[in-house]
Amino acid sequence: MSNKTTNNRAWWLVAPVVMLVAFNALIPLMTVVNYSVQETFGDNVFFWEGVRWFEEVLHSGRFHASLLRQLSFTGIILLIEIPLGVAIALTMPKKGVWVSVCLVLMALPLLIPWNVVGAMWNIFALPEIGLLGKMINGLGIDYNFTRQPLAAWFTTILMDVWHWTSLVTLLAYAGLCSIPEAYYQAARIDGASRWAVFRFIQLPKMKRVLTIAILLRFMDSFMIYTEPFVLTGGGPGNSTTFLSIDLVKIALGQFDLGPAAAMSLIYFLIILVLSWIFYTLMMRNEEQ
Amino acid sequence: MAKITLDKIRHSYSAELMRKGDWALKEMDVTWSDGGAYALLGPSGCGKTTLLNIISGLLIPTEGRVLFDDVDVTDLPSDQRHIAQVFQFPVVYDTMTVYDNLAFPLRNRGMPTDKIRERVHEIAQMLDLQGSLKRRASGLTADGKQKISLGRGLVRPDVNVIMFDEPLTVIDPHLKWLLRSKLKELHQQVGATMIYVTHDQTEALTFADKVVVMHEGVVVQIGTPVELFERPNHTFVGHFIGSPGMNLLACDLREGTPTIDGHPLEVSAPFTPPDTGVQLQIGIRPEFVKLSREGLAVDIVKVNDVGRYRIVEARCQQQSIKLVVPEDEAIPADRAHILFDPAHTHLYADHWILT
Repeated sequence: MSNKTTNNRAWWLVAPVVMLVAFNALIPLMTVVNYSVQETFGDNVFFWEGVRWFEEVLHSGRFHASLLRQLSFTGIILLIEIPLGVAIALTMPKKGVWVSVCLVLMALPLLIPWNVVGAMWNIFALPEIGLLGKMINGLGIDYNFTRQPLAAWFTTILMDVWHWTSLVTLLAYAGLCSIPEAYYQAARIDGASRWAVFRFIQLPKMKRVLTIAILLRFMDSFMIYTEPFVLTGGGPGNSTTFLSIDLVKIALGQFDLGPAAAMSLIYFLIILVLSWIFYTLMMRNEEQ
Repeated sequence: MAKITLDKIRHSYSAELMRKGDWALKEMDVTWSDGGAYALLGPSGCGKTTLLNIISGLLIPTEGRVLFDDVDVTDLPSDQRHIAQVFQFPVVYDTMTVYDNLAFPLRNRGMPTDKIRERVHEIAQMLDLQGSLKRRASGLTADGKQKISLGRGLVRPDVNVIMFDEPLTVIDPHLKWLLRSKLKELHQQVGATMIYVTHDQTEALTFADKVVVMHEGVVVQIGTPVELFERPNHTFVGHFIGSPGMNLLACDLREGTPTIDGHPLEVSAPFTPPDTGVQLQIGIRPEFVKLSREGLAVDIVKVNDVGRYRIVEARCQQQSIKLVVPEDEAIPADRAHILFDPAHTHLYADHWILT
């Protein structure tokens, strides 16, 4: 250990990475930090405001409402997409020609750009001309996502489930495929039920990939912007105005750069903290 | 406890392979007597695991029947056959404790809790696992996990046969020996039939009372280690078992006597000469070839000192002959004569023994 050569000039080798991270993350982030503590009236004139914007955002009913909407949306889609994704993965074939067919079909929604997904579902769900909207109304249910908050939520969630369940499925499928055949054989000899096989073999073996799936879906859905913006524009009223949509309204609609910057930082911290909590909770058992 | 009979078993993994006549197991009739310790020996890909999975019910044979004590169980699922199987790689339920792992097969069969507790503790004692009953199974070492796999089999009071599919593959060498003696000890304690699959002859010969040798989907011989050594039924058994393996020398018949290089040889017993066009081979173990003043003339090629004895490689025409020579015996430098012990000289026609 002690006779290792030390050469501090080696630090220059990491300089490119430091530069990249600085320009890519730190400097833009610091601009936001800069805005969040000042007030500006244009012409690059700034006044120091301290933590006023942070206090304002944290006490604003509008922020609370969109945060609550955001948490509900993320919670609902996680509760649907994770079990559904796992269930689909369980029914997929393990070998043969159908494997590639299934994989390609499952991957298709993931390849469609977000705004295209929004536009597709907008047209698909329109009550007069859309296939889905027309059909639901044909069943005698009054459905109009541009007027009814409930219908708007239903459509947004359906769209997200359609778009992203595949991701969970593919990850879960990868986890399932890595289970050696001997586990299933041993379970058969032990007389395990189908449920016991899932509970004690498949689920534990899928734990790592499911952790990744939950984290990815949590972070992505918590930051969702394009799809609901194209589909509902945050409406009707504010009923589907999630955090990102609200943030853009404040920053670019009202041009309140200070409050918007403060909200960005709080938003960022919430994602960071929740991701950390998720990760620790799910990895906790691993270390025992 | 049960006698296991494989009645005209044949297996192929797909209809396409079957059409080509490519059988993973060719037709066989094998009986495993109750309480025996068997080793199933053969190189990788010879059908050992297929045969094992047919007995355990993980595979349904394409043709033939599996009988446990004369009851046809061919279509019975694994969990109803009262069998246990230990796999090549340890299978434990990661999220459960060692105790729960051992109790799992009993709980699945609806045994009352106090009975389960009694049984699990009994088995844990047998396998020296009492200390780790409360630990998570995933935290154990490979040999500990293999013990759990074995324990899940032993814990059931009604087990007929325990099958081991190369169970020591992932175990450290110094623990292999310990675990193997443990298995032997358990066999005496439990009295269940044990079938031990391996491609390692030492493992097979030390574990088993009877060794079943397989080659390309065929059971070529079932016998005690001594029988396999002294009288291999098939040339494959000859060279697969023993170190070095049996010498197999092409020969021809002259007036009914096997001859190598014009030198007539006496074989273990009289035989009926086979049809012409059959490949004839003399088989003799290196242990039964002696250096001599007379006999078959050979060139000494190489001498290998392996400690208690030396292995001499000699050449007669184009054929290589190995012989085991004791430490103190002089070995000629190049030209020598060798004698075969007639009692251990066998004649093989198309690889199967004639005498």
